[in-house]
Amino acid sequence: MLEVTGLRVAYGGIQAVRGITFHVNQGEMVTLIGANGAGKTSTLKALARLLNAAGGSVRYCGKEISTLPPHELVSEGIALVPEGRGVFPRMSIVENLLMGAYSRRDKEAINADSERVFSLFPRLKERSQQLAGTLSGGEQQMLAIGRALMSRPKLLLLDEPSMGLAPLMVQKIFEVIRSVADAGMTVLLVEQNAKLALEVSQRGYVMESGEITLTDESTKLLANPKVREAYLGE
Amino acid sequence: MDIFIQQIINGLVLGSIYALVALGYTMVYGIMGLINFAHGEIVMIGAMVALTVVKLLVNSGLPVFIIILIALAGAVAVCMAVGYSIERIAYRPLRRAPKLAPLITAIGVSIVLQNLAMLIWGRNYHAFPPILPDAQFDIYGATITSLQVTIVLIAALMMAGLIVLIHRTRLGRAMRATSENPLIAQLMGVNINQIISFTFVIGSALAAVAGLMVSANYSIVHFYMGFMLGLKAFTAAVLGGIGNIAGAVLGGILLGLIESLGAGYIGDLTGGFLGSHYQDVFAFFVLICVLIFRPSGLVGEKISERA
Repeated sequence: MLEVTGLRVAYGGIQAVRGITFHVNQGEMVTLIGANGAGKTSTLKALARLLNAAGGSVRYCGKEISTLPPHELVSEGIALVPEGRGVFPRMSIVENLLMGAYSRRDKEAINADSERVFSLFPRLKERSQQLAGTLSGGEQQMLAIGRALMSRPKLLLLDEPSMGLAPLMVQKIFEVIRSVADAGMTVLLVEQNAKLALEVSQRGYVMESGEITLTDESTKLLANPKVREAYLGE
Repeated sequence: MDIFIQQIINGLVLGSIYALVALGYTMVYGIMGLINFAHGEIVMIGAMVALTVVKLLVNSGLPVFIIILIALAGAVAVCMAVGYSIERIAYRPLRRAPKLAPLITAIGVSIVLQNLAMLIWGRNYHAFPPILPDAQFDIYGATITSLQVTIVLIAALMMAGLIVLIHRTRLGRAMRATSENPLIAQLMGVNINQIISFTFVIGSALAAVAGLMVSANYSIVHFYMGFMLGLKAFTAAVLGGIGNIAGAVLGGILLGLIESLGAGYIGDLTGGFLGSHYQDVFAFFVLICVLIFRPSGLVGEKISERA
């Protein structure tokens, strides 16, 4: 479904991503793990066209998307939950969800979908008219995921969904991510919390200073002594 | 007492016009953080176009109401085109430039538009033909003309319409999302360029209406009129809290009232030492006070994005 070949991202003269190649199959949950600064977020931003790639190709369902304007990706079926959540703080929860459905025109289906998001995250329903800026970090993360689902994506890109959240909240968020993936969504998950990410995903790639150094099934990566030492703190 | 009421009426009329113009400043600032100093010139162009159309049609035998409608339509169309063009030509290439560059460009655009207007319409003052009905009403000894009533009503209607557009429609949601975080808005599928163009076009349409109001109410049109009017409306936007729609309306009306009451009473207060021609002082005195004591404006508040 997603095929990335030789992707490079540079900030000025500094190369953050140095020609990485990976793929995500339909219906799969794949994770990209690595330390802070390894280039994971830059990779995801380049996929979502928030950054211009310095080279390489990104093919999605057979189509080259690395030159599309960013606002066209969502109608191709790609949604990003950005690092730091990026909710619209002065808009209500409902309005944030409606922004997620901005590319759609089918009003009734949109309403049905926001009900679905509310059933995934009942906490959001209780506060549906509240401004997003007044929510806790975990609630904002729920909103950001819900908002991404509102576009009915085929490919969901998640950037550090556990960042800055309390363990209990992280658990809740990951349960939802798991259930969304189980329902057939293709997911690319970028995470610093390697253990968590490998436990929920089928395959993983390990990134180090802008390069992919290791790839395998997640269960095998979890058992890999190198991974255990470097990322699982053993 | 009648003087007081009269000044309140005059202030409301002036304030409605300031508010319409201030909305243009505040919308553009809200969306892209730019003070479009050429906005006052758009008001002037609206006034000039409206005046030209009225002069052309004044002897055509058409009813006054129709003439004014055609003048309004002409002014709105021309101003929308000018607003769209200056964003495309002058500001869009500077989207990623440091903030100072578009600001200086805005001042440049303002000078270019003034001089263009001078070339087209000349450097003389133009008088608005006295075709409007001049019915007057008495309120506790003060007079209000039908024109003044119309100005306040139309301004109120347009502002209400704008607020509905921004808070109740899909397009308005996209505008607010863009103003809060353009990158994320793009992720949602919002075409930022379209939204910015649209913002300029709407602001310019409001300016065109304000231009017609100014020329009809004060009967004088001049290529330089946009400068002072623009600065005052900018002051009104800052007073309300720039970037805030309700703030622009409140700031505009307040500034109109302050100016009008100030001009009405400054003679008495200073024993005749200062006269009503000091009217312009008030706006900028207010601006200085706001910048010192409440830089975020009356309703400018911030809800931060919690980490």
